[in-house]
Amino acid sequence: MADPDPIVVVIEDDPPIRRFLRTGLGTHGFEVFEAGTGRQGIIEAGIRKPDLIILDLGLPDMDGVEVVKAVREWSDRPIIILSARSAEQTKIEALDAGANDYLTKPFGLGELLARIRVALRHSLRNSEQSEVFTTGNIRVDLLNRLVYTDDQEVHLTPIQYRLLSMLVKNAGKVVTHRQILKEVWGPAHTENSHYLRIYMSQLRQKLEADPAQPKYLLTESGVGYRLKV
Amino acid sequence: MNVERPDPDELLARVEREKAKAKQGRLKIFFGFAAGVGKTYAMLSAARERRAENIDVVVGLVETHGRKETAILLEGLEVLPTKQIEYRGASLREFDLDAALKRKPSIILVDELAHTNAPGSRHPKRWQDIQELLDAGIDVFTAVNVQHLESLNDDIGQISGIRVWETVPDTVFEGADEVELVDLPPDELLMRLKEGKVYLPQQAQEAIRNFFRKGNLIALRELALRQTASRVDAQMLDYREVHAIREVWQVSERILVCIGPNDLAERLIRAGKRFATALRAEWIVVYVETPELQRLSAEKRDAVLRILRQAEQLGAETATLSAPEMSEVIIKFARERNVTKIVMSKPRRRGWRRWLLGSVVDTLISQAHNINIYLLGSPQGEAAGTELSLYRKRSLPGLSERLTIRKKGYYRGYFWAVAVTLVSSLLAWLMFGRFELANLVMIFLLGVVYIATRFGRGPSILASILGVGIFDFFFVTPYFSFSVADTQYLVTLAAMLIVAMLISNLMANVRSQAKVAAHRERRATVLYSMSKELVASQREDEIVRAAVRHIHAEFGSRNVILFPDVQGRIVYPKDRSLSESLHGADLSVAQWVMDHNEMAGQGTNTLPGAKAVYFPLGSGEQSLGVLVLLPINLRRVFLPEQRKLLETFIGQIAQGITRVRLAEQARSAQLQMEAERLRNSLLSSISHDLRTPLATIVGSASALVEEGHCLSSQDKLELGHAIYDEAQRMSNLVNNILDMARLDAGVVELNKQWYPLEEIIGTVLTRLQKQLEGRPVKVALPSGVPMIYADTVMIEQVLINLLENAIRYTPEGSPLEIRAEASPFAVEIAVADRGPGIPKGRENLLFEKFYRVRQETAQSGVGLGLAICRAIVEVHGGTIRAENRSSGGAIFSFLIPLDHIPPTIEPDE
Repeated sequence: MADPDPIVVVIEDDPPIRRFLRTGLGTHGFEVFEAGTGRQGIIEAGIRKPDLIILDLGLPDMDGVEVVKAVREWSDRPIIILSARSAEQTKIEALDAGANDYLTKPFGLGELLARIRVALRHSLRNSEQSEVFTTGNIRVDLLNRLVYTDDQEVHLTPIQYRLLSMLVKNAGKVVTHRQILKEVWGPAHTENSHYLRIYMSQLRQKLEADPAQPKYLLTESGVGYRLKV
Repeated sequence: MNVERPDPDELLARVEREKAKAKQGRLKIFFGFAAGVGKTYAMLSAARERRAENIDVVVGLVETHGRKETAILLEGLEVLPTKQIEYRGASLREFDLDAALKRKPSIILVDELAHTNAPGSRHPKRWQDIQELLDAGIDVFTAVNVQHLESLNDDIGQISGIRVWETVPDTVFEGADEVELVDLPPDELLMRLKEGKVYLPQQAQEAIRNFFRKGNLIALRELALRQTASRVDAQMLDYREVHAIREVWQVSERILVCIGPNDLAERLIRAGKRFATALRAEWIVVYVETPELQRLSAEKRDAVLRILRQAEQLGAETATLSAPEMSEVIIKFARERNVTKIVMSKPRRRGWRRWLLGSVVDTLISQAHNINIYLLGSPQGEAAGTELSLYRKRSLPGLSERLTIRKKGYYRGYFWAVAVTLVSSLLAWLMFGRFELANLVMIFLLGVVYIATRFGRGPSILASILGVGIFDFFFVTPYFSFSVADTQYLVTLAAMLIVAMLISNLMANVRSQAKVAAHRERRATVLYSMSKELVASQREDEIVRAAVRHIHAEFGSRNVILFPDVQGRIVYPKDRSLSESLHGADLSVAQWVMDHNEMAGQGTNTLPGAKAVYFPLGSGEQSLGVLVLLPINLRRVFLPEQRKLLETFIGQIAQGITRVRLAEQARSAQLQMEAERLRNSLLSSISHDLRTPLATIVGSASALVEEGHCLSSQDKLELGHAIYDEAQRMSNLVNNILDMARLDAGVVELNKQWYPLEEIIGTVLTRLQKQLEGRPVKVALPSGVPMIYADTVMIEQVLINLLENAIRYTPEGSPLEIRAEASPFAVEIAVADRGPGIPKGRENLLFEKFYRVRQETAQSGVGLGLAICRAIVEVHGGTIRAENRSSGGAIFSFLIPLDHIPPTIEPDE
């Protein structure tokens, strides 16, 4: 990790939560800038050049999804969204719009720090795309299109491989159903989510020791999937 | 009858009448004996007086006939515009009822009470318009001449030689609150006529001038004065009854008017009406349908029907009796109804026929000792035999269609009569010479009996005559000739003919009696089968559907039952229609019927132009809805017996609907109570469960804030943990409550998609990883992983709740099991444990909200978990249940139906 403290912009309208994030992240070596509105947040994100943005979806002045879109126009820094339990659909929209991860309120500090670390690592790796990806006993050779578990080569169908490589490219990040369908099957198939589920199930059969209790190919209930790193 | 005591029914009726009156408008009639006496003038003068008293008076329709004095009176009064109705190229000016109802003045003037409205108006007659105005609470001034009164119509026709067709039922006149006689001595009237002050229509000038003869006018004036006087008399009696009921008490009279299918019927009911009015008695009009009368043509039966309805309009109760013998049934009916007087026509049979065959009148006189009998003769100049020629021309609107399709086998009867007679002749020929002639006669009679039973009167008469002829020709000397040698055979032949005829008649009567009996039985059966179905129906739509089917079966009419919506507007039914349902009923007619609780449409007095007949569906004051019937044959609906049957049907249907609605009301009251109870337990439970963790959080936090400086870091950590744990618990609780509230409110939108069961279970196990530590979890899925079509987030919630429950209530480290089984129609998922199991009999209580096996224990949770499970499973159309395992422990299983076919995809290799 680089020497200067990583910069985090928190866009959240509720002062107690801002206070909790400021003290919590501050003690863990983050430099925190706060914004109480979406507009203010977009300005802060532009001025402070943050390494990461934490965005609450329930803002008084504008839709959180719009904030994500606005920031994504010029920045690919990771965005972690905070959502209430009832805002299931908005959460998916925000992820589709380019947010990296989400946390449902209420959440603990430990959980947030874990997500922040994954997101920062992912954005770091994006810059130095390696040819071989490894997580646990799974190894993917992206150059030669080969997959191994415990050094045994696993034969995948073309779609199964495309699905896996899509997850590998976004390792650690939540990928929505729509994003996967669009990338693997093409824009015309974004509604056929049962394709995805059946192939995911096949992939688990081939890669996971116990497909009913997956360790790597995780389901984000109602949202999408995440490849654990 | 006890003369001392007022009849409580009568008192009640009076109270009811007065109550109804109070809401109604008052009717004032300006009553005159001829055109030109100044009725309109008097009416307008009265209106101006009211206007001067600042009462809201409006002129609905007044004919000034160009008279200046009258026109001057109109000035300064508000006049409603009239409605133009196009009829056969002419433009008719009519009173605009709807405009008047909308304007709703205190008093409205509508001239010419007896006027007949243009075809296409709501009511055929103006007095019906006025009735509706009165019902709407508007006072009405109107004018009418004496010759338009229904019951006086005959008399005046005879006096003046001019018959007016526009008549007003006497009930309207009698029901008027005020009648003002507008009188003018005949000489003055004649003077005005000469001066041209009396308006006369251009056509028929001559006839009308004839009418204005002095003798005529004096007679008419007398009638008008008498009519008014008898009204005053009645008012006085009424007054005395009200104010001194005990002193003057009427012994009630009941008059029975017997009518037959002839000209006299109309006169009979008018006489009956006058009689009843004079005696202030109730009156009943009966028509006895003997087997003989049942053979009458359709037109004649229609005419009788029309007269019965006319009688109803005049205030009579009507009945159609069906019996073989007229006098017997009349006496029986009269006794049952305590009739004191019978009015009927003079006997038709005269001279020897009356002496030989008797007459109904004679039988009645000899048998009904305590009943006075009044006979009405035919008017002079009118032949008694002109049966009903009048009625054919003036038959009921819409009732003119005929039932002309004769039975196909009509002529076959005659063929068989000839054939059977020939067979009899053959038999007789074979027996001839070996048997006595008397035996041969029997063979012929046998043939007649057979024909009479099979084919009725006509063919059997033919067989009789043919038989006698053949017998005479072939078997009586001289043979092959109709002449008779031995005179004793004349007796044989005559007796044979008479016996054959009598047999024909008797058998024909038996046949038609049997037919009537069969009809009655069928009606009873139809009614029974409908009642049975209605009683068995538990829902309103079931009742309506059964009703529509049965009415269609019995009356051969497509029909529909319409109900008002919440605002009371009649709307088309939303339910799926049946093949027997009627489409395109006129909602405005239905609305009128609903509002007025009276029938309307084809064959009635209101909106007779409508195609269908509209009946109020009611069992009392308020109708529940409207039955609309499109008759293919009006007779099947309007024959008195059919009307009665339909009324019974309607009564039954209305009762059925009322029963179901009351049951529904009771049920919803019950549900409301239940909801109330639940809300209360929810409040108490929530407040308890929220306060407990809150107490810990507030306490611990205050310790940290206030005593922070003197606490060890170990203490601080402990307090922090306490806050964290309790806050987590509260968060779960709030989530559960919100979930439950959303599910209860029905606002949850299911995001149903196909999911492999394996993935759902995998997600759940990952999420519960921490809690499940140290517990073996066995997952048993059938091969070929089933997919379910469900909202996965919700199904995961069900599994999480079931697993958390298992973790909470079973010893640490005890094993858990998740199983699934798939059938083509459903997937069953079960969570099993090895814990203490469920107390007996509590299996279903577990899924109730706020239920806990042990109340008020340290176990966290409010008892919403399983209730949420049940709600989620139920919104998916499934079921959930809890059982104890035979090998120890509990098993919770839920079933998600597969109502779609799981998708399959092509493998990509």
